[in-house]
Amino acid sequence: MKILLVDDSKTMRNVQKSVLSLIGFNEVEEAADGLDALTKVNAVKPDLILLDWNMPNMDGLTFVQKYRGQGGKALIVMVTTEAEKTRVISAIKAGVNNYVIKPFTPELLAERIRETVERFKAAA
Amino acid sequence: MKSDMIMPFITSVQAVFETMLHMRVEVGTPFLNKDGCSNRDVTAIIGMSGDIQGTVGLSFRLDAAVRTASIFAGCQLDPGGADFVDAVGELANMISGGAKAKFKDKSVSISCPSVVMGKEIALRVNSDSTCVVLPCTCDSGEFQIEVIIRQAGTAKAFGPDAAKAA
Repeated sequence: MKILLVDDSKTMRNVQKSVLSLIGFNEVEEAADGLDALTKVNAVKPDLILLDWNMPNMDGLTFVQKYRGQGGKALIVMVTTEAEKTRVISAIKAGVNNYVIKPFTPELLAERIRETVERFKAAA
Repeated sequence: MKSDMIMPFITSVQAVFETMLHMRVEVGTPFLNKDGCSNRDVTAIIGMSGDIQGTVGLSFRLDAAVRTASIFAGCQLDPGGADFVDAVGELANMISGGAKAKFKDKSVSISCPSVVMGKEIALRVNSDSTCVVLPCTCDSGEFQIEVIIRQAGTAKAFGPDAAKAA
């Protein structure tokens, strides 16, 4: 499974990468913001995108709207400090498949990723 | 300004440190810092806008900042390096983001973090703004959160009530 990890913090990308590695996902590409991610999705063709919300150049929600608008099918898990119900709803409406609020434990992130992937497999 | 503007920062910093760094944070008695000046070496700054407006600072002495950021990153960080700045900024981002989510029925946005290296940084929002300082202690040392916020439409930032009540 190819994963695109999108967060403007390299530290946060590394934290998430180590969780992905623990659960056996090692094919990981990185992007530093939504714009960077949008330019990389065609080359990477990810199956799963872990996406921050607040980023410079292009935020995560705008990325989702543009990516889904151009037919992007990858599963998207938003990993963000944006915890308000209205924000979560707007992300889900835009096409986010699952949601993790920072701060998170490695176990929670791993569980949400597994849950998202398994739900997709069951539906396919 | 009431303690309900300060409590979100206390619960958020404790949650961030416990979850991401496995470290307990003791928060001391908040106090007002009228000149807004932080005598620390590293300050991460986040802007808040919307129904709550202002600035939040996360300030450390250098040794405590390096220890804390290194634990968060999972490796020893060089205080002059970009990864160190990134880690300190992300901690401030999570603390401010966690706090803003606790402001019920308020629409608040936060900026991406900026990190300033150097002593005697004065955080100001306007000429009459007052800084509420939350002194914090954890295993990697002391640090503080400086909060200068107000509800949109109110003229003044914090009064003495915030520090007393929190």
